[in-house]
Amino acid sequence: MAQKTHIEEVNRGIYDVINPENHRFVADKGLTEDIIREISREKNEPEWMLEFRLKSLEIYKSKPIPTWGADLSDLDVENIVHYVKPNTDMKHSWDEVPEEIKQTFERLGIPEAERKSLAGVGAQYDSEVVYHSMQEDLIKQGVIYTDMDSAVKQHEDIVRKYFMTLITNRDHKFSALHGAVWSGGSFVYVPEGVQVELPLQSYFRLNAKGAGQFEHTLIVVEKGASLHFIEGCSAPKYSVQNLHAGAVELFVKEEAKLRYSTIENWSRNMYNLNTKRSVVDKNGRIEWVSGSFGSRVSMLYPMSILRGEGASSEFTGITFAAKGQYLDTGTKVVHSAPNTSSIVNSKSISKDGGHAFYRGLLRVTPNAVGVKSTVNCESLMLDNRSKSDTLPIIEIGNDQVDIGHEAKIGRISDETIFYLMSRGISEAEAKAMIVRGFVEPITKELPLEYAVELNNLITLELEGTIG
Amino acid sequence: MQIIKIDNLKSEVDGSAILKGIDLTINKGEIHVIMGPNGAGKSTLANVLMGHPSHEVTEGKVTFMGKDLLDMKVDERAKAGLFLSFQYPQEVPGVTVENFLRTAKKEVSGIMPMMTQFNKDVKKQMSDLDMDEKYLSRYLNQGFSGGEKKKNEILQMAVLNPKLAILDETDSGLDVDAIRVVYETVQKLANENNAILVITHYNKILNYIKPDVVHVLVDGKIVKSGDLSLAEEIEQKGYESFKNALDDASLSA
Repeated sequence: MAQKTHIEEVNRGIYDVINPENHRFVADKGLTEDIIREISREKNEPEWMLEFRLKSLEIYKSKPIPTWGADLSDLDVENIVHYVKPNTDMKHSWDEVPEEIKQTFERLGIPEAERKSLAGVGAQYDSEVVYHSMQEDLIKQGVIYTDMDSAVKQHEDIVRKYFMTLITNRDHKFSALHGAVWSGGSFVYVPEGVQVELPLQSYFRLNAKGAGQFEHTLIVVEKGASLHFIEGCSAPKYSVQNLHAGAVELFVKEEAKLRYSTIENWSRNMYNLNTKRSVVDKNGRIEWVSGSFGSRVSMLYPMSILRGEGASSEFTGITFAAKGQYLDTGTKVVHSAPNTSSIVNSKSISKDGGHAFYRGLLRVTPNAVGVKSTVNCESLMLDNRSKSDTLPIIEIGNDQVDIGHEAKIGRISDETIFYLMSRGISEAEAKAMIVRGFVEPITKELPLEYAVELNNLITLELEGTIG
Repeated sequence: MQIIKIDNLKSEVDGSAILKGIDLTINKGEIHVIMGPNGAGKSTLANVLMGHPSHEVTEGKVTFMGKDLLDMKVDERAKAGLFLSFQYPQEVPGVTVENFLRTAKKEVSGIMPMMTQFNKDVKKQMSDLDMDEKYLSRYLNQGFSGGEKKKNEILQMAVLNPKLAILDETDSGLDVDAIRVVYETVQKLANENNAILVITHYNKILNYIKPDVVHVLVDGKIVKSGDLSLAEEIEQKGYESFKNALDDASLSA
């Protein structure tokens, strides 16, 4: 029998490169009113935003830690630094971004992708956005793509109309925390009828140790407009806890279309408690492509509210839980208008004792007749120590609906490995082929560089365990 | 020259004996057929030779291309030139036939095949097998009919060019036209440098393929070997007489 070598921690290569910390301003650990006032003063924000932050803090203190889903009892919020300002202002040219920060994003391939295949890029380092740029013709067409902090000041009317109306500071403890300490993130406004052909991409990099990242993304796609937005996240590995509690609010208007692709590859000390929601008007469409790989704990359920007749949503998700990881992911779809439709395709992989939990909600309100929905969940466990659960909740408020649901949990079959090996393929490569094949329907939806990243990750993870 | 030499091969599954002492030698350029009733151990022999993990070899020796076959891992056996056409080929979602064939060819031959030449060769072989080229972009065996799966096995055999191809009940699940196409292709692939071992319980295939040796496998042992006339004897008398022969042999032993 083959000798097995076990590698406990996979070398995540470029993702684990740590830069020395060099900040302009670091808030104290924990959370007090003074810290909130300090963050707001640093940002030179309008008064209403400070008031909103303080109100959110109050709600945060009054809300209990959720007891369902992930075990958050080890999360020590008092020890998290909620605001770390890098030692630079936002630039519009990579040449002006400090060398070390620029190199980090170079390693992650962001400037290269920008040259090749993107219409615009935003890059956030710790709590603030350090780079932002967009193609000239989009600016001329009235497209706004900037960091959230600038938007609060420069596009105050739009921000005030939408900001934290879809995810409110009363929804749960971490949305309240987000409301209090949010910083950075992206703001996109696509005017009526404008088609943004190439994707816009924001990359969030958390370098500081023991810090939190609370970026806020607000996207409004007006009537008949379309956009593809890509979000990437990563952080190097530290021994202390980091916390990510971002918020993503997406407003898709009549006949508009938005595709939102994310790869979250946080390090294994991260608590990723992210909230993402979209609301879709008549005949509008939201498409989510969501990959969750890193983090120690994730709780992430992007939600689509189909409130206009004929609105549609499609969710494509992949979760990969390895040793020591508990990834509780899924999606929520609310059909609150007639003739709306949704598709959910979720896949998960667990290995080395990792635990992947699919938690989904499909709700159809009593007035929403003629709804069509298909939910597919598939899990693959690579060994006997790993776990997988599926909890799809379906609530149907009327009987004029067409709902399909399928859930499958499986293991890599010895027969399939034998079959592939009988054609000269090694055991490790056979397993990697099966896993890559399992995620193939998802990888083909990902932006190319993320598809490559996902395949590399699978190869890395599998090489580590098979001798 | 010998391709494979099997000496007194015995095997078990979950503690029960299946192969009870197989002796068989196949030389270059030969086509052998093994026939026998259901449960005799025909498929087990194929799986044991390929190295299926749930079969345990308890005794015996197998020399393949001058090397100890039983000492090799499954993929090493394939690289040494052994091929098994599966009775029930596995479905592998997300892996295209084309990608699979190219990966397998690279592993078995040790060099990455040239894209254009490789595609040309594969398409020619597909047309010989009366297979639609569209199967190249389909996921491996997924949603294939029984006949399409078997043709896909023979396509792999054609691409990998093995020293010894074992065809395990490749005729099962095929209609008459497909059986003809498949075995005519196999007959064409046979040459003086390779060998083929056909496992079947259906002697109609002998209309399309001409074996040099026919063996009768009953209860884990080869009870009789002979030329094509042995197949005719089976057709007339069935396997019962061979079972009786085995009983007589064990009584006198």
